[in-house]
Amino acid sequence: MNLTLKVWRQKNAQAAGAFVDYAMSDVSPDMSFLEMLDGLNETLQAKGQEPVAFDHDCREGICGTCSLVINGIPHGPDRATTTCQLHMRKFKAGDVITIEPWRAAPFAVIRDLVVDRGAFERIQRRGGFVSVGTGHAPDANAMAIPKRQADLAMDAAQCIGCGACVAACKNASAMLFVGAKVSQYAHLPQGQPERFRRVLAMVEQHDAEGFGACTNYQECEAVCPKEISVRVIGEMNRDYLRAVLVGVE
Amino acid sequence: MTLTLQAKIPSGPLQGKWDKHKFECKLVNPANKRKFNIIVVGTGLAGASAAASLAELGYNVRAFCFQDSARRAHSIAAQGGINAAKNYQNDGDSVYRLFYDTIKGGDYRSREANVYRLAQVSVNIIDQCVAQGVPFAREYGGTLANRSFGGAQVSRTFYARGQTGQQLLLGAYSALSRQIGLGTVAMHERHEMLDLVLVDGHARGIVTRDLVSGAIDAWAADAVVLATGGYGNVFFLSTNAQGCNVTATWRAHKKGALFANPCYTQIHPTCIPRSGDHQSKLTLMSESLRNDGRVWVPKDASDTGKKPADIAEADRDYYLERMYPSFGNLVPRDIASRAAKRMCDDGKGVGPGGLGVYLDFGDAVKRLGTEIVGERYGNLFEMYQRITDDSPYQTPMRIYPAVHYTMGGLWVDYNLMSNVQGLHVIGEANFSDHGANRLGASALMQGLADGYFVLPYTVGQYLATSNQKKLTGSESEFTTAVAATKARIGQLLAIGGKRSPSSFHKELGLLLWDKCGMGRNAAGLQQALAKIPSIREEFWGNCNVLGDGDSYNVALEKAGRVADFLEFGELMCKDALERNESCGGHFREEFQSEGGEAQRDDDNYTHVSAWQYTGDPATAVLIKEPLIFEEVHPSTRSYK
Ligand SMILES: Cc1cc2nc3c(=O)[nH]c(=O)nc-3n(C[C@H](O)[C@H](O)[C@H](O)COP(=O)(O)OP(=O)(O)OC[C@H]3O[C@@H](n4cnc5c(N)ncnc54)[C@H](O)[C@@H]3O)c2cc1C
Ligand code: FES
Repeated sequence: MNLTLKVWRQKNAQAAGAFVDYAMSDVSPDMSFLEMLDGLNETLQAKGQEPVAFDHDCREGICGTCSLVINGIPHGPDRATTTCQLHMRKFKAGDVITIEPWRAAPFAVIRDLVVDRGAFERIQRRGGFVSVGTGHAPDANAMAIPKRQADLAMDAAQCIGCGACVAACKNASAMLFVGAKVSQYAHLPQGQPERFRRVLAMVEQHDAEGFGACTNYQECEAVCPKEISVRVIGEMNRDYLRAVLVGVE
Repeated sequence: MTLTLQAKIPSGPLQGKWDKHKFECKLVNPANKRKFNIIVVGTGLAGASAAASLAELGYNVRAFCFQDSARRAHSIAAQGGINAAKNYQNDGDSVYRLFYDTIKGGDYRSREANVYRLAQVSVNIIDQCVAQGVPFAREYGGTLANRSFGGAQVSRTFYARGQTGQQLLLGAYSALSRQIGLGTVAMHERHEMLDLVLVDGHARGIVTRDLVSGAIDAWAADAVVLATGGYGNVFFLSTNAQGCNVTATWRAHKKGALFANPCYTQIHPTCIPRSGDHQSKLTLMSESLRNDGRVWVPKDASDTGKKPADIAEADRDYYLERMYPSFGNLVPRDIASRAAKRMCDDGKGVGPGGLGVYLDFGDAVKRLGTEIVGERYGNLFEMYQRITDDSPYQTPMRIYPAVHYTMGGLWVDYNLMSNVQGLHVIGEANFSDHGANRLGASALMQGLADGYFVLPYTVGQYLATSNQKKLTGSESEFTTAVAATKARIGQLLAIGGKRSPSSFHKELGLLLWDKCGMGRNAAGLQQALAKIPSIREEFWGNCNVLGDGDSYNVALEKAGRVADFLEFGELMCKDALERNESCGGHFREEFQSEGGEAQRDDDNYTHVSAWQYTGDPATAVLIKEPLIFEEVHPSTRSYK
């Protein structure tokens, strides 16, 4: 099929960006979206033009590196699917496809479609862990954990840290991302000792990075490729409130 | 100068070697630890666990990865699980059995002492991960669940849905993040190591390129750890992430580190077949699927064009169950892959080009119901459907083998140190524990064993005894290395030819898959050895690397990695040609039994082949480390 791409091109963080149109021909429906872009890049290079920079690595929907806003939707039109797992059979001949980077103040553009997600790293470092050193662990089966709690922890832990939630949110809030980490540990006995300290520190860093507040649009849940539920935000808010009112210990 | 390799395996009975060695390792005084700087390149399971553990011990750590976050290392993609000899299922597992299975699975081409240690520390890994809050699958009683994996008859694999690698990596990453927060680890994302720096023969630092700004920097340390993963992407199409490369280990090789068994590559039996020329990667379908899925092809080649539902039960050949009745669909990967290839070579393959076999869940759905099958494999089924548009609940999956893992890597001794003093290599990047074939769920185990429980001890031994002077990174060895790196980048940008870097990668990959893939023979390998230098020559004369060196430049990154693959591929073929036997993943077509099974030559090849760089891969020098079996007697591997 033949398509028209409108791709955001931007030399670096300081430069101004703009959309550039590219005509694509002979796109196979079996291609992944990124393979379609690989094809574009081969054509561009053959013409002596620099390839479009986009972030990607695993191409299996798990590393969280790929990050494109496709026709206005982070990760594109397919439910629970990352950009790299999106296939061209979801489009039809003649479509015009707009491709942009994540747009949010805390995610500066590095080049073209690549953004800086370092803010997520700094949030993790404030509390996204259980403070247990190597070698300090008791036998793994010493503490039974009800299957339901383990499953709830796992539902949250599936977050791939891609940032689509931020890109979808009018307020550029990263509450789904922070909530996922907080919820994972809150459902496990291992997470209890630092539970309230963790939520305070992570939320504080979230705010310091310039992410906005959650005002319940729930756009984040709709675009999350791992279908992380806004339940985690509710859980985080409860823990946060308790930490503020009662203190961390 | 010929080197002799000292594996430094401790003396004494196998069971006591590691404890004895730990006791004998020199310790670094706690107050002195913070005076030592350690560079860790790579933050996958191996690198993240090592960096965190070393920092906890008090060392100053500087870690690097090329992704934008340590959490995105390729380890994240592992699906199926991690082995440990916990014997929680009471099904007769033990440290000794895991050791034995791994030695046998590796086709008697690994070191007994290393493998035994791996099996020993496997149990600590699970404890550590649970303590970190890794949400492994659990039974209703609250205890940990297990599944079985290819090559084993016990249930020793721990898992977190189909995302075990993700959860384990996030565990190690959380430990690493904590240390970064505490200021004990300095983390450099989007940095690529482009050279190793030696001072007085010791590994004392690296040269990196900041992938965002293009800055080339030198970093000095007291020891260097490479945890940079495997080189499967040399084949262009593989199940590896796009960024996986051989650059760090190849650069270290060029500085003197021996490359061991480069021809040992693992072809995974259950991947989604190729759909066309546009393909950029192959997607793995976890081996755990073989627990409930049954592999078959039509008995009659003329049925291959029919829909699977139209082929009667009696006309299907469940060939793994037929050929290997005791392991059935759970035979090790090399065996399952070759059997699939044989079926396709015999014209029984299904799907485009006849390059596929069925993996059928029809019986499982009947026996267990859709819900339980969905609980076990739902996310894999969805992934399959997204790519192929078919639902495995309704129609069998089509699968075909693909390059997946590399057993070869930099040579290391028992301390995980290469022949270059101070250069330690862990995880998939080293050659150590899997011999000629790795068992499923054992790479995650090895990466974490190396990083959490082995390296933190053995690095101390090196640091406590090496007595090297302190360096700043401004010494002439560093400035020379920086200048050489800049010159090479300049060279790449100046080629000014016509072809893209990817086109060379594809050309090399197809050649290697053809001549040095699932089946290899002397004639084919010789053809590849003749061809690779000419592809390399064309690359340096006709590649077109656009843009500049001072900014984010994906073409430049790619070109640098392809240039290294073009050298490394030649060494791989050379090693495959030299090893006149079939063992594990290395199948030389000349050496097979009548039934088509691999035929080893223990008299002549019970050794590690370690290659020394001479300036040209064609003239690399082979140095052998004999493998001595004291505990297990090498026998013909049988899964019948
Ligand atoms: C699809 C898939 C599924 C798998 N499933 C399983 C499974 O179920 N069970 C199992 O046991 N194993 C599995 N494996 C194998 C296993 O995942 C890997 O062998 C293992 O995770 C490798 O870990 P590592 O830490 O050695 O390297 P990696 O995780 O590959 O990490 C490499 C690190 O090195 C960095 N790096 C590389 N080169 C450079 C450079 N030049 N400069 C700077 N940094 C660099 C990268 O940024 C990264 O941080 C699977 C593999 C694949 C491909
Ligand atoms: S590239 Fe890894 S999730 Fe898309």
